[in-house]
Amino acid sequence: MFKRSEQDKRPQVQIFVDGVAVAARQGDTVSAALLASGRDARRSTAVSGAPRLPYCMMGVCFDCLVTIDGVGNRQGCLVPVAEGMQIEIQKGKREIGR
Amino acid sequence: MSVAPKREDYDVVVIGAGPAGLAAAATSAEAGLSTLLLDENIGPGGQVFRAISSTPVTNRNQLGADYWIGADLVQSLRASSAEVIHRATVWSLDRNLDIAVSICGASAFVRAKRVILATGALERPFPIPGWTLPGVMTAGAAQTMLKSSALVPDGRTVIAGQGPLLWLLAAQILRLGGRIDRILDTTTRGNYFAALPHAFAFLSSPYFAKGLSMMREVKAKVQVVSGVTELAAFGDGQLANVSYVAGGKRETIPADLLLLHQGVVPNVNLAMAAGIEHRWDDLQLCWSPVLDGSGNSSVAGIAIAGDGAGIGGANAAIVRGRIAARAAVEALAPAAAAKLAPMATLRADLAKAERGRVFLDTLFRPAPQFRIPSGDTVVCRCEEVTAKDVLDSVAIGATGPNQLKAYRRTGMGPCQGRLCGLTVTELMAQARGKTPQEIGYYRLRAPVKPITLAELAAVPKSEDDVKAVVRG
Repeated sequence: MFKRSEQDKRPQVQIFVDGVAVAARQGDTVSAALLASGRDARRSTAVSGAPRLPYCMMGVCFDCLVTIDGVGNRQGCLVPVAEGMQIEIQKGKREIGR
Repeated sequence: MSVAPKREDYDVVVIGAGPAGLAAAATSAEAGLSTLLLDENIGPGGQVFRAISSTPVTNRNQLGADYWIGADLVQSLRASSAEVIHRATVWSLDRNLDIAVSICGASAFVRAKRVILATGALERPFPIPGWTLPGVMTAGAAQTMLKSSALVPDGRTVIAGQGPLLWLLAAQILRLGGRIDRILDTTTRGNYFAALPHAFAFLSSPYFAKGLSMMREVKAKVQVVSGVTELAAFGDGQLANVSYVAGGKRETIPADLLLLHQGVVPNVNLAMAAGIEHRWDDLQLCWSPVLDGSGNSSVAGIAIAGDGAGIGGANAAIVRGRIAARAAVEALAPAAAAKLAPMATLRADLAKAERGRVFLDTLFRPAPQFRIPSGDTVVCRCEEVTAKDVLDSVAIGATGPNQLKAYRRTGMGPCQGRLCGLTVTELMAQARGKTPQEIGYYRLRAPVKPITLAELAAVPKSEDDVKAVVRG
């Protein structure tokens, strides 16, 4: 859906998406890194289980909700990637305690 | 990294580091007031100057000269004594000017003598059939990725809607080597005539020449379909096709990415939760705060600057930020105001920056069918409530957006009505034969962004706080 411009010379940052290593760039948000990865990053909604991807990328729509380092329902578009970050794609409701 | 505010009390707290907030904080700090700037994003710039200090897009021509103005604003701010905290989400502001802010999972509390809200705008909801499908995003979302991560559309891409941002985004995508297959222009034909009486001011504004050259640049490379009157996205769990009607003829094209845009509207959540009076703006079709000439709201001590004060664009936002900050300085430290640009000069700057706005508002006033959906089209994305659901609730007695919550939970999901509020107001107003002003809006309350219970529980509390809620 998206590709990186060749002029992007930012250093790589390794994150893990559902346990799989993904190369992101320093300064990417979690949502941008997921969309750039080419992986299927669709979450499913809490209400009907419908698949969703980020819609607004500016902290408004909450369609980028994702589990980051064990904490659920984070807005992936507002959180910058960090080396070794563990991302889990959310399926359905947030689980109690996560 | 967790950075709490250095003090508990400030002369001025500015919320939002877009054009208005950057200008307001720098002005207030330059005049010697203790100033705190709180911003939700990773770095300064807001949306229009997004990633201004970190963008990987190094070729300055690709983002355009208007973008790089933001670098000067950031420089002025950094040269000032203002304290700046990013990734700081303000979740409460009240009439006492007490502010609660979440920073890296912990809440801090500060009090201000003056608050300048610069929470900007968000893209108007564009509730067409299929707008919740993965692969449908806002134009602003694509622009955010382009500015902050140099990401451009790669698959079959359709851009649909209207307004200056749409053309700017298209030009930027093309300059960075991205792909656009088709642009579907939804500008209502009748709007050209309605806008004509306001054309003179626009023709003599800087927007005109810039807009024209950008449209030429895009039209040379992309097929543009104008007069689009219907729009829908289709796919099974993922966008597959975009269908539209133009000139009475329906066409369906395959697409991987659909970028929607029909203008921006004030981001009202924090201002409304603080109790600030808003009125329905019938030209801009949104809620705008009731403000005086210096941006002061109906709540004493809170001013609003930038697009949150009514859409005016980045240049107007910068000046409104300076005006609101100067007004704060005049109130708190009148002697220091002499250092700043005179109010008369600022007001003249604002009039200049707002030139041509009525023309743009009239020309790009979105058509009813793109604002007020019908049938199975989703209105509330969070709670997955359709237009038919809303109308059924009206039929059995729901009178307005607040009652509708009890029927359908609209606006009660995580986005707190940001992406359904305007649609619900207009849909219910139409169904009940009332004006949007009569129908009203959701009653918004803190926390204006979700925070965890753990974060709330960890808030420091006094013995009196505990006594106030413990029975017996």
